[in-house]
Amino acid sequence: MKHIRNFSIIAHIDHGKSTLADRLIQYTHLVEDRQFRDQILDNMDIERERGITIKSQTVDLPYVDENGREYELNLIDTPGHVDFSYEVSRALASCEGVLLLIDAAQGVEAQTLGNLYAALEHNLVIIPVINKIDLPVADIERVKNEIDDELGLDPETAILCSAKEGIGIEEILKAIVERIPPPTGDAEKPLTALTFDAQYDSFRGTIVSCRVFDGTVKQGDTVRLMSQGTTYRVEEVGIFRLPREPQKELTAGMVGYIIAGIKTVSDIRIGDTITLDTYPALEQLPGFKDVKPVVFSSIYPIASDDYQSLFDALEKYKLNDASLVYQKDSSAALGQGFRCGYLGLLHLEIVQERLEREFDQSIIMTAPSVQYRFYLDDGTRLEVDNPLHYPDPGSIRSSEEPYIKASILIPERYVGVIMKLCMERRGVNSHMSYPTPGRVEVTFDLPLAEVIFDFYDKLKSLTQGYGSFDYEITDYRESSLAKLDILVNGEKVDALSILVHRDNARERAVRVCDKLRDEIPRQQFKIAIQGAIGGKIIARSTISAYRKDVTSKCYGGDISRKRKLLEKQKKGKKRMRMVGNVEIPQSAFLAALKTDDE
Amino acid sequence: MSRSRKAHSWRPLKRTMNRTDLPGLYIHIPFCKSKCPYCDFYSVTETDRIEEWLQALLIESRYYRHDFGTFDSLYLGGGTPSLLHPRQIEKLITGLRDVFTFDDPAEVTMELNPDDVTRENLAFYRSLGVNRVSLGVQSFVEEEVRFLGRRHTSRQGVSAIEAIRETGFDEFSIDLMYGLPGQSIRTWGSILKEALSFSPAHLSCYQLTVEGDTLFSRMAKEEKLKLPEDSRQADLFVYTSEYLTGSGFIHYEVSNFAKGPETLSRHNVKYWQHTPYLGLGPSAHSLAGKKRWWNVRDVDQYLESIHGDHIPVGGFEDLSSSQMNLEKLLFGFRTMWGIDVRQIIPPPARETIRGLCDSGFVTCHDQNIIPTLKGYLFADKLPLMVS
Ligand SMILES: Nc1nc2c(ncn2[C@@H]2O[C@H](COP(=O)(O)OP(=O)(O)OP(=O)(O)O)[C@@H](O)[C@H]2O)c(=O)[nH]1
Ligand code: SF4
Ligand SMILES: [Mg+2]
Repeated sequence: MKHIRNFSIIAHIDHGKSTLADRLIQYTHLVEDRQFRDQILDNMDIERERGITIKSQTVDLPYVDENGREYELNLIDTPGHVDFSYEVSRALASCEGVLLLIDAAQGVEAQTLGNLYAALEHNLVIIPVINKIDLPVADIERVKNEIDDELGLDPETAILCSAKEGIGIEEILKAIVERIPPPTGDAEKPLTALTFDAQYDSFRGTIVSCRVFDGTVKQGDTVRLMSQGTTYRVEEVGIFRLPREPQKELTAGMVGYIIAGIKTVSDIRIGDTITLDTYPALEQLPGFKDVKPVVFSSIYPIASDDYQSLFDALEKYKLNDASLVYQKDSSAALGQGFRCGYLGLLHLEIVQERLEREFDQSIIMTAPSVQYRFYLDDGTRLEVDNPLHYPDPGSIRSSEEPYIKASILIPERYVGVIMKLCMERRGVNSHMSYPTPGRVEVTFDLPLAEVIFDFYDKLKSLTQGYGSFDYEITDYRESSLAKLDILVNGEKVDALSILVHRDNARERAVRVCDKLRDEIPRQQFKIAIQGAIGGKIIARSTISAYRKDVTSKCYGGDISRKRKLLEKQKKGKKRMRMVGNVEIPQSAFLAALKTDDE
Repeated sequence: MSRSRKAHSWRPLKRTMNRTDLPGLYIHIPFCKSKCPYCDFYSVTETDRIEEWLQALLIESRYYRHDFGTFDSLYLGGGTPSLLHPRQIEKLITGLRDVFTFDDPAEVTMELNPDDVTRENLAFYRSLGVNRVSLGVQSFVEEEVRFLGRRHTSRQGVSAIEAIRETGFDEFSIDLMYGLPGQSIRTWGSILKEALSFSPAHLSCYQLTVEGDTLFSRMAKEEKLKLPEDSRQADLFVYTSEYLTGSGFIHYEVSNFAKGPETLSRHNVKYWQHTPYLGLGPSAHSLAGKKRWWNVRDVDQYLESIHGDHIPVGGFEDLSSSQMNLEKLLFGFRTMWGIDVRQIIPPPARETIRGLCDSGFVTCHDQNIIPTLKGYLFADKLPLMVS
């Protein structure tokens, strides 16, 4: 047990976690060179395409130090994007230490801080690693100052590294062994294993990732999920190599997996404690906070008869992503669909993309919304995340919307523009601190609804990429809300409605109407688009009719080409939805989201 | 628009109106003196290859000698057929007559460029059995003719027409082009008026379109050429139809007008009825039953094939019934015969058809739906609304 080290790699997005994991994997010869590929732990298509990590990955590295001592180094690569920060806190619960990566060119960013705090909460040993020192713009001295002033860590302990060039890898491995303590625990005590992840495998069912704190578990044991009380027979235990490697047993201090005939990922609550049915622990380990969806939007099949197929696809999708929640929804314009809750906008995009690509669904997604609260005259409180469920305005006594505390790290020269941006987004209660000369941390209380759309992109572009941003949801605050309806040729299209702050209503309505004008193709008749609140029109735009759609020539040599074009258009038409007599393309339903003049 | 809808509500004409079930023969003559900037028909300017091409074409024709039965139309198109020496035209026509059987009388059309037209040539063509000519005038306005990069002048256009009439070709057709940048309805109106003054049996009026790989399309991409907006194009289109139907013409296809039921282009109508046709020469298309095939779009490859003793086919398709349906809709909304709903499988929903009628795109006659002028305007769109 002495020779185990459990650690995570944490950092701001893109600082090189997965690339460092690659080098560590290669150093320990876990995969043959010809099977190696960059960011090998990012195994989902969408991760590889976007070059980001979405899901944490665990891998056990066999390491032999210079004295010939053998170690099992258990590495967890974590995602950097805020939407998936819950993955980080889960990973941390099974570790004794972390590598905290800092990009030598970017320096400390918002999630560097956020992740550091999370690691400190778990009392973990922190090894700062300055990565990307190969970059010509790397500024190691500056980063060391930031480590000192902003992170409060000893800059002398930082290891210089280039994950890309393989510089500093040996030193990192040594530091892991020397600085991170081995796990403690008692293999003889009743089993307590913390479930920190679960993955669905179509052959084996759920593969539960866990950290054993006390006790031992092996094939044939009957285990109990303590919070639910359900029991399962263990089919296999093992550790994560590339691929998995079965073991005789998992004992105190180890990180590994259990396969126990658990059908779906939803059958297990991540954070639950696994114990032995016959020799149970008395107390559960502290689990995790539930991950709650932050944004909500509806999904409809483009062809209404594909409802069942969409239902099946969502069920399958959910097998592997328990953080997606959904329930039935129905709209007058779009028929039967689902209301879904996501962890953030990136999560929403990923769900959309995977449903379309991996599950072959053609879907319409409606504008994202946060969850509002309405207090009605009769004393009831309504939680509304769907504009379709907006209560009768006459019965609303008051309403509230969720607020976040945003912390934004920027070079001092951007303070002006960022203050302006936050004020425009209804930010209040600003604070500024100057952790290192020339750098400012700005905190603001902001309505969540104002940041979920394009706040991050705006921030990035206003600060030439230097600004970073982290947030946590804090509370609900009183707010004056209204439902903005969109009418297409006089007909209300319920799936286009959005809930807005009253002060922003007109501006929002104008932007949505303009955006729709650009998204909806011209048709043979004029199309009027109106934004209305409670029947009062507050914005409008028109799409002029096109008056001619016929080509001049159609002789022997033209026919085949023309027919093929029609066949193609027919397919394209399947991506449109008729609302009244107007064809509205899939993309238009998200128009409310693209509020900027892109 | 309601006005124009009325103007166009003719009754469906009898099926016999120059529509026959016999196959047509098309010859693609892929040579032009120079390439017009709007044209994407296949043609080359190497006129020294004409003789070689002619030999090859007659060889090609023999591959099909048993396949099509009796033709009742022959169409010499291109390219510029009138670029051939009259003796070559003679060799071509007599050669084809040796290989194929033609109905008597068959419609024999030849496309002419105004600058090639002489009275002697015309008389000679007539003696070979050519009984219909189609003259590429394009415009009577000098600047327009020049803008279109034509080799002839507007004067040559006029004298060519006069020569045609004097040689006794009653059945002649004039090709015109509208929707040129800056063209006003008045200018276009005066062109139409001038055309009618020669009492042609047939008119083809094409909207100038930027096509595939042409000089105009490259200019358009570089924003050096800007065609009128669709509302102006629509105005011109409606004007054309109203003017010509008002003068007694039948607007039988989107771009085609006939003086009377007997002067429709029998050959071209076949393309819109799935009537069989055989196309010979580079890039020519053929249809027999549900099979369509096309020749290579390259003179060299064409010659090479023939010299190597294999047919110069570049591709083919076997039309599925849904593709046939789609084409029936495609043709139906472009022509005055409209669509026999019973022939569409599965038949379009009754509400869809009623919707088309109510919106003024078609008129309904029992099982037939006939496009109105407004229907013609949206002929490329309507098939999508029905299927
Ligand atoms: N020049 C240089 N580039 C690096 C280095 N390490 C990583 N990168 C590049 O930085 C980008 C991000 O690397 P990743 O390893 O995917 O970063 P990550 O932290 O795992 O990103 P997320 O998982 O999305 O948070 C990639 O383009 C890498 O090639 C380095 O040491 N030097
Ligand atoms: S328009 Fe006629 S003459 Fe001009 S290039 Fe085309 S085929 Fe040749
Ligand atoms: Mg990563």
